[in-house]
Amino acid sequence: MMRLTAHALTCQRGGRIVFADLSFSVAAGEAVQVTGPNGAGKSSLLRLVAGLVRIESGRLALEGGDAEASIGEHCHYCGHQDAFKGSLTVAENLAFWTAYLGGGGGSAEAAMERLGIAHLAALPAGYLSAGQRRRLALARLITVARPIWLLDEPTAALDLASQKVLAGIMAEHVAAGGVVMAATHGPLGLPTRELAIGRAA
Amino acid sequence: MTGPLAAIFRRDLTLAMRIGGGAMVGVVFFLAVVTIVPFGVGPDMNLLARIGPAILWIGALLATLLGLDRLFQADADDGSLDVMMMAPTPLPLVIAAKAAAHWLATGLPLVAAAPLLGLFLNVPPEAMGAVALTLAAGTPALSLIGAVGAALSVALRRGGLLMAILVLPLTIPVLIFGVAATNAAIVGPLPFGQPFTILVALSLMSLVLGPIAAAAALRFGLE
Repeated sequence: MMRLTAHALTCQRGGRIVFADLSFSVAAGEAVQVTGPNGAGKSSLLRLVAGLVRIESGRLALEGGDAEASIGEHCHYCGHQDAFKGSLTVAENLAFWTAYLGGGGGSAEAAMERLGIAHLAALPAGYLSAGQRRRLALARLITVARPIWLLDEPTAALDLASQKVLAGIMAEHVAAGGVVMAATHGPLGLPTRELAIGRAA
Repeated sequence: MTGPLAAIFRRDLTLAMRIGGGAMVGVVFFLAVVTIVPFGVGPDMNLLARIGPAILWIGALLATLLGLDRLFQADADDGSLDVMMMAPTPLPLVIAAKAAAHWLATGLPLVAAAPLLGLFLNVPPEAMGAVALTLAAGTPALSLIGAVGAALSVALRRGGLLMAILVLPLTIPVLIFGVAATNAAIVGPLPFGQPFTILVALSLMSLVLGPIAAAAALRFGLE
């Protein structure tokens, strides 16, 4: 059984301690909502788990995963930036990430259908609205299989119907034994455990 | 061709060919540099023929470096670099694939344009082949050395200035042996093989060391 354990994590960015002595544990089949005031380090925590920010001190360990792979290689990271190119079409962007990250999930057509961007497949991604961009970024959660999902404000710019679709996708992932860690201010729409970090505002 | 490396190679090539991608910017810049030289040095045909190969090489060097600082910056700006670095594919191989796409999109058109632009400089026809051959052997080194500078400018969050200061000195050996091989082919007295072999060695060395150094620079740039 997969379990992600953090022990006394400290994160420093730009010479400032963002959070210190943070310990938590997330098991397979759990959805964790990371909450806290602005600047508490929600995004930094997700980037730190993804391996994109150095661990200043403390320990982060993953049990039950692939011992050959780093923790970041087990993770999907959807940050504030959507990570695609405006001059490639929606389908080309999704096909690139699917091929680059190794695929192993559902088909691109099914993913685009599910997120309601199938009719935009041939449109250059630069013409998408903010909500459509976000839905395209989330489509790779479906096409590429990764056990741990790190989602930074996944519901930002999404309308209510899309938020429901996203909640359904996350619920399926959790039910299949996956882990979701989402930094968000609003409700995610599925049963979650709250991990509050940072000082009270 | 499938797999992560083929995917990134194809994506970078497609991006370069699309509108705003900048594949042809290098050739146009090359053309601009080469055409203004005869106006600057005057219509002395013998002088032009003598300095022609060097002008072609300097033009190609500057044209290669022109858009190179965007090699990783564009991916860093839109968040793609984060996702790329999390993938199981080794980062040096990804960088080599990106550099290969960069060379194919900007280096190879320069090689193809060089014989034509040689006409402006009164480069003798028999020397055109030598210029094209040395450029074909030397420009991959420029793309690969430039990748290290591009990675550093992302890691240190400084723009193109750093690129010029760091990369230009490293490209000077390539320039020296590229021009030396070309001149050897035209006027002698040195055999062509000697400087040309060193030029090829420089390209091969950059192929091995460049991606590793660039990957180290990108990893260093993590906060």
